[in-house]
Amino acid sequence: MTARKGFDVIQGEPEAADPSRRSFLRTAAAGAALGALAGCGGVSMDDVLRKHFRELSKDDLAKVLTKVERRNKERFGKDTRVTAEGPRPGVEFGYGLDISRCVGCRRCVYACVKENNQSREQPQIHWIRVLEMEKEHGVDLTHADLYYDPGAVPQPGKFYFPVQCQQCRNPPCVKACPTQATWKEADGIVVVDYDWCIGCRCCMSACPYGARHFNWAEPKLPAEELNPVQHYLGNRPRPKGVVEKCTFCIQRVRNGRYPACVEICPVGARKFGNLLDPESEIRRVMDTKRVLVFKEELATHPQFYFFYAT
Amino acid sequence: MRETPTTLLILAVAVAIAAAPARASAPVKKKEVLYEARPPPFSDGIFPCSNCHDGKSMKPDPTRRELAFHDEQQSVFDHDAEHRWCLDCHDAQNRDVLRLASGAPVPFTESYRLCGQCHGDKFRDWRVGVHGKRVGQWDGEKTYLLCVSCHNPHSPRFKGVKEITVDGKTTIAPTLELLRPEPRPRRPDEMRGWKRPATAEGAR
Amino acid sequence: MSGVFDFLRGCVRQVLTGGRAYKAWVAFLFLTIAVGGLSYAQQATGGLIVTNMRDEVSWAFYIGNFTFLVGVAAAAVLLVIPAYVYHWKPIKEVVVLGELLAISALVMCLLFIAVDMGRPERALHIMPFLGTPNWPRSLLAWDALVLNSYLVVNVVLVSYLMFKTYRGETYDKRIFLPLVLLSIPVSLSTHTVTAFLYNGMAARPYWNASILAPRFIASAFCSGPAVMIILFQVLRRTFKEFPIQDEAIWKIAELMSYAMFVNLFLLGAELFKEFYSATEHLRYTQYLWTGIGEHRTLVPYAWAALICSVVAFVLFLIPRTRRNFLTLNLGCLLIWAGVYIEKGMGLIIPGFTPDTLGQIYEYRPTAMEWGVAAGVFGIGFLVFTLLVKIAVPILVGTFRAEGTPRASPASQAGLAAR
Repeated sequence: MTARKGFDVIQGEPEAADPSRRSFLRTAAAGAALGALAGCGGVSMDDVLRKHFRELSKDDLAKVLTKVERRNKERFGKDTRVTAEGPRPGVEFGYGLDISRCVGCRRCVYACVKENNQSREQPQIHWIRVLEMEKEHGVDLTHADLYYDPGAVPQPGKFYFPVQCQQCRNPPCVKACPTQATWKEADGIVVVDYDWCIGCRCCMSACPYGARHFNWAEPKLPAEELNPVQHYLGNRPRPKGVVEKCTFCIQRVRNGRYPACVEICPVGARKFGNLLDPESEIRRVMDTKRVLVFKEELATHPQFYFFYAT
Repeated sequence: MRETPTTLLILAVAVAIAAAPARASAPVKKKEVLYEARPPPFSDGIFPCSNCHDGKSMKPDPTRRELAFHDEQQSVFDHDAEHRWCLDCHDAQNRDVLRLASGAPVPFTESYRLCGQCHGDKFRDWRVGVHGKRVGQWDGEKTYLLCVSCHNPHSPRFKGVKEITVDGKTTIAPTLELLRPEPRPRRPDEMRGWKRPATAEGAR
Repeated sequence: MSGVFDFLRGCVRQVLTGGRAYKAWVAFLFLTIAVGGLSYAQQATGGLIVTNMRDEVSWAFYIGNFTFLVGVAAAAVLLVIPAYVYHWKPIKEVVVLGELLAISALVMCLLFIAVDMGRPERALHIMPFLGTPNWPRSLLAWDALVLNSYLVVNVVLVSYLMFKTYRGETYDKRIFLPLVLLSIPVSLSTHTVTAFLYNGMAARPYWNASILAPRFIASAFCSGPAVMIILFQVLRRTFKEFPIQDEAIWKIAELMSYAMFVNLFLLGAELFKEFYSATEHLRYTQYLWTGIGEHRTLVPYAWAALICSVVAFVLFLIPRTRRNFLTLNLGCLLIWAGVYIEKGMGLIIPGFTPDTLGQIYEYRPTAMEWGVAAGVFGIGFLVFTLLVKIAVPILVGTFRAEGTPRASPASQAGLAAR
């Protein structure tokens, strides 16, 4: 397997390393492995023999998606539609967050949860985490509170700083993952293949923003709250024991829609668009506002920008 | 030296021609653009104003005074109250429109033009989607929200918003109170325990 | 080869026979393994939520034990270097036991990783050709390679040596010595790669210090051989024919004392940098040594570990206490405890506390985690016990192939061949 470089983004066809030898070895080993795996319920021949997502042929991919839909039906009793749209050419997503506007209402947190089918409790997974910071100290994590719970926001003397996956251009998580279960797509979204992740949690240690979350148990997702419009790399319901994170609502943005958090924000603190389009609102933000990135000294070069509109 | 006035004249004309496009489009470079926006959040029954202000039962009176009606707006009025009152923005002759500083009428659906007169920087940001909210597609059609969707024009200082549903879609309306935040996340030690996956609730 | 089957049968026989102490010990180990098995079964069905690990502290007790044990495994090389590189005879006979310890420690390391994984059945994904390991950028992919290589090298070495000795033949130096010499850099690389795994994470400033890899090596050399010292004394008493000289033990202790000094010095260097520069990164060190606000769970352990390490250092440094077996053994226990805390929870937890967004979650292992860890230790100790049970009779000459002369207690035949 050739080494993948840091800013590597996948354009076009994946390289085909000698597939025949690999698949032979894979089958041979799988035969042995299957005997051992007989005890671990729910593991089928297809699962073990499956190739990495980026090596799947069109037919294999279609089969995989059908299987995911079937599993959804078994788990939730609902019909779902799971797609795997690729990135659009000429698109590099940028996200802007206006710190002067965020009031800390957390509507974005729960809109995300509804849209992306997170586990609701045990564990409760939130992809967006809003910090209450003090105006006196500025962006200072030693004076930041994730668990603020006042009767009304915004509180005087405080400002609010939501954190989610920054979709770094130099992602430490992609570097750390031992199985290439997470990678950066051409439009900038860092994705996770939930069926490839081994649950080692290296990526979680490596992420400076605490943006990656683990399914410590089988996700608790009520069937009536399931969002049936799903993307294979995005909001399809996850199994236990794998890592997940914000994907900029990949199932929405690859169809031109805004992410759920951008749509729900009542004060318009969230901006989203194509950085390569000079007319987009995010480019306007970059051109006219004071923009900063979080933990800049780590040189992760995020595609998520904080700014002050006023 | 007798050619100088002619030269100057030619120069003046040339400059005038060159400057003409700039002058014609000042203060904005493009033609006035209309923004597709959600309708203004009127209180029930208040519009059209000409139902009461028909010009017959009430005569327009431009003197600044305390009004006998519209106490809802009057009691909270706080929009440069020292210098402004109702008829600086509302057209005295036709209450179904607003008026710009020049006296030109502007419909309620384009009230951003009125706000933008004084709040130019906010207007410029709003136009490109940086201020406030737009809904729609990041790569396509977008719908704006009027300034007044979030800012009560009679008491514009932002306090909070509340979501309301209009035609099955949520939109937002201003409130005079702060917002109640959604519940805080569970602490890690509040996510303890393991339920044996035998019950329907735990088994998924 | 028929010889192999006989050898294996002989091994099984060795393992199944023994005195009461041996049988009681093995029974105890099976008990701990059973406890571990039950705990792991609960974890496998309910998920890792039965531990106290959460997003904020996503590696904890299991990985702490793993890190400590990698050090123990690497320490076998401490014996290999003087024995083979410097041909220091008194140690040569005991090197193989160090390698057995390395094998057992490696088995425990791999098991701790396996119980920590969310989807262990997908381990194929990390293997070359069968999966897509992230080479060369992922340190964990390197760790998988290096740990397994070290295990294979040791198993091959030990099996080859044991088999040859069992048949009364001398080993082929051309095969054996290169492998032994190879095991030195491989062993150092296991510990260095594990150190780099933590070191490379810029997100965790507590680990992102260049001093981490040298500290790992120093603490490995402190703690691993401590087991050997105690083990050798046990074996010396149990097997009268096992000629481990005092000099061998004292030499190991002397080498350990140098390592202890370096360990303490590097700790001091790190504490200086954190407390003197007093940047925001001090918070992690502060959490460990003084606590932050009312969050003080680890503070007593940190100081206990330091006291143990310092006392052990003093005991090992002074020749009189080093040669006195009572103080020597006490020192061994102390350094083992000190490094276990320092390289286990004392390394992992402060790396995560406070977390990336400044929040503090105080982690304590649950009963499940203790159970699973006990099971893994049980397996490791069992592997070591069985291997030693086979190896020592081979080395002293009482376990030989049919037809080869059994060594008399006085003969050094088996050992001289090395």
